Amino acid sequence: MENQMKIAAKGAMASRKRENLHFSINRSNISKRVRRNNFYRVLFSLSTVFAIGMLMILLYQVWIDSVGWLTPGFLTRNLSIFPEKAGIHGAILGTVYLMLVVIPVTILLGVATAIYLEEYATKGRIAAFIRTNITNLASVPSVIFGLLGLAVFGRLLGLGSSILAGGLTLSLLVLPIVVVAAQEALRAVPGFLREGSYAMGASKWTTIWRVVLPVALPGVLTGGILAVSRAIGETAPLVVLGIPTLIMRIPKSLGDDFTALPIQIYYWTLDTVLTREYANLAAATIVVLLIVLFMMNSVAIVIRNKYQRRF
Amino acid sequence: MTNEMKDTGIVYDVKGLDLWYGQDQALKNINMQIYKNQVTAVIGPSGCGKSTFVKTLNRMVENIPIVKIGGEILYHGENIFDKSVMVEELRTKVGMVFQKPNPFPKSIYENVLYGPKIHGIRDKKVHMEILETSLKAAALWDEVKDRLDDNAYGLSGGQQQRLCIARALAVQPEVILMDEPTSALDPIATQKIEDLINQLKEDYSIIIVTHSMQQAGRISDKTAFFLMGELIEYDDTSKIFSNPAKKQTEDYITGRFG
Ligand SMILES: Nc1ncnc2c1ncn2[C@@H]1O[C@H](COP(=O)(O)OP(=O)(O)O)[C@@H](O)[C@H]1O
Ligand SMILES: [Mg+2]
Repeated sequence: MENQMKIAAKGAMASRKRENLHFSINRSNISKRVRRNNFYRVLFSLSTVFAIGMLMILLYQVWIDSVGWLTPGFLTRNLSIFPEKAGIHGAILGTVYLMLVVIPVTILLGVATAIYLEEYATKGRIAAFIRTNITNLASVPSVIFGLLGLAVFGRLLGLGSSILAGGLTLSLLVLPIVVVAAQEALRAVPGFLREGSYAMGASKWTTIWRVVLPVALPGVLTGGILAVSRAIGETAPLVVLGIPTLIMRIPKSLGDDFTALPIQIYYWTLDTVLTREYANLAAATIVVLLIVLFMMNSVAIVIRNKYQRRF
Repeated sequence: MTNEMKDTGIVYDVKGLDLWYGQDQALKNINMQIYKNQVTAVIGPSGCGKSTFVKTLNRMVENIPIVKIGGEILYHGENIFDKSVMVEELRTKVGMVFQKPNPFPKSIYENVLYGPKIHGIRDKKVHMEILETSLKAAALWDEVKDRLDDNAYGLSGGQQQRLCIARALAVQPEVILMDEPTSALDPIATQKIEDLINQLKEDYSIIIVTHSMQQAGRISDKTAFFLMGELIEYDDTSKIFSNPAKKQTEDYITGRFG
C-alpha cells in the first residue's frame, strides 16, 4: 500500500513536470481497478458454475431414474399398461416420421423464402416488412403455432391429429429459424463470386443455383439441423393438436395418428401420480431424446467446422 | 453486327457517355473509339472512374441499383443500352477479369467449363477440347493438367488469375476487360500475365485498367487517361508517354500527382 502511494506520488510529480500537457493519467487507483476486475471474474465464473451445476443435477436425476429402464427392449416394445413391459417404439417412429415431414418442408420453404428476400426482393416495402419481422416470428410462443396448426391443418384441411398435421405445424414453428440461417448464409457469399458469374453472362437464377447456393449450403444445413432438433423436442404444439399418447398401432403413413417422444414424456410425467414407475419411463425417454438431439447438434457443428470459409 | 462494320476495326464506339452514382457523376461525356485486336490501357488516379468505365462496357455497373447512365456505347454499331440487347449475351462476347482473382470454389475443370455449361454445351468431348484450348491459351495448361479436379483455391494467386482468364476465354469472347488484373500479384506472376496479354491480343481486343504507368507502356497500343470522371487524353501509347498533348496527362505520367 505504501509503495503504491509512492508510485502514485511519483506519477503526479512526473505529470506536473510536463506542464504543457492538459491531462494527467490517474495511476493512483490501478490497484483498485485490478481488485474490481478480480471480483467480476469470480462473479462471472460463479454464474457459469451455477448454470452448469443446475443442468448437471437435472441430468443426473434423469439418468438415475432411467437406470435399469433404458434397455434395448424399451426401444423396440410399444406401449403397455404394465410399466415393465412398456416401450417407446411407436414414439420413436412418430418422431422419425415428423422429421421426414419437417426436414424437406422447412429446408425447401426456408431456402426459397431466404432466396426471395435476399436475392430478389431487395427493394419493396412488403419484403422489408417481412425481413424485419421474421426474427419476431421466431420468438412467437410455440403454443400459438399449435393453435394455428389446429385451425389450419387439423380442422380446415381436415388432417386431424395425423403426422402430416403435426409435421406441418412444427415446420411452421421452426421455419423462421431456417429462413434466418439461410439468409445469413446467402449474405455471407462474397460478392466477387457473384460478379464472376455475372461476367460470364450467367443470369441471376443461374448464378444463385450454381455459385451462391453451393457456397451457402453448409450454413443452410447447419441452420436446418438446429431447427429440426428444436422441432422434435417441442411438446406444446403437439399437445394443442391433440396428439394422443395411447397409440397401440404403429403409424404406417403420414395420414396416420401417431405419438412422439416429447408427448410421451409429457403424459408419463403427468401420470406419475397414478403409477410411480411412469417417472422412470419418462426419464428413460428423456435420455433417448437428449441423445438424439445431442447427435444432431454434433452433426451441425461438424458440418460448420468442415466448411469454414476458404476464401 | 455486320461484317462491313467489323472491317472498320472499331469494337466500341463510346458516344457522350455519362454515368451517375445517385447524385455523383462518375463519368462525364466520354467519347472514344476502341479498336479491334489492340490493347487499350485505361490509366488515371484512384477514383477517377476507370473501373466504372470498364464495368459499363459489359453493363456490370448496372448491378449497382443507384447507377444512372446517359449517352450510348455502340458495340459493333449496336447500342448496348438498347432494349433489344440482352446483357447475358453481351457478356458472352465481352469477358471480364477482376482485380482480385475470383475463381469459383470448385475444381479447375468446373471453373473453366462454367461458361460453356451455362450456355448449353453438354458434349463431354467438346468440354475436354474447350478445357485444353482455354487453359493453353491462358498459359496455365502445363501447370495444372495433372490436377484438373483439384479445387481452384489450391492454386497460387497468379495461377488463379490465369484460371480466371481461361474461364473468360472458354466462352469465346471477342473482348476481354481487365480491371487491374495484376495489382494483387507479385512481379513474376505479373510478368506472366503481361506476356499472356501480348499473345492474347492476336485474337482478342483487350481493355485493361492499370495503376502502373510502366505496365501501360509495356503492353498497350492505345492509352486513355482519365481524371475525375473525364477522358482527358486518348492516343497511341507511344504518343501519350513521349509527347502528351495535355498538361494534366504530362503531370500524371511524370508522377507530379496521382
Ligand atoms: N458502388 C458505388 N457507389 C457509389 N459511388 C461509387 C461506387 N463505385 C464507385 N463510386 C464512385 O465513383 C468514382 C469512380 O470510382 P471507380 O470507377 O471505382 O474509380 P477507379 O477505378 O478509377 O479507382 C469514385 O468517386 C467512387 O467513389
Ligand atoms: Mg478501380
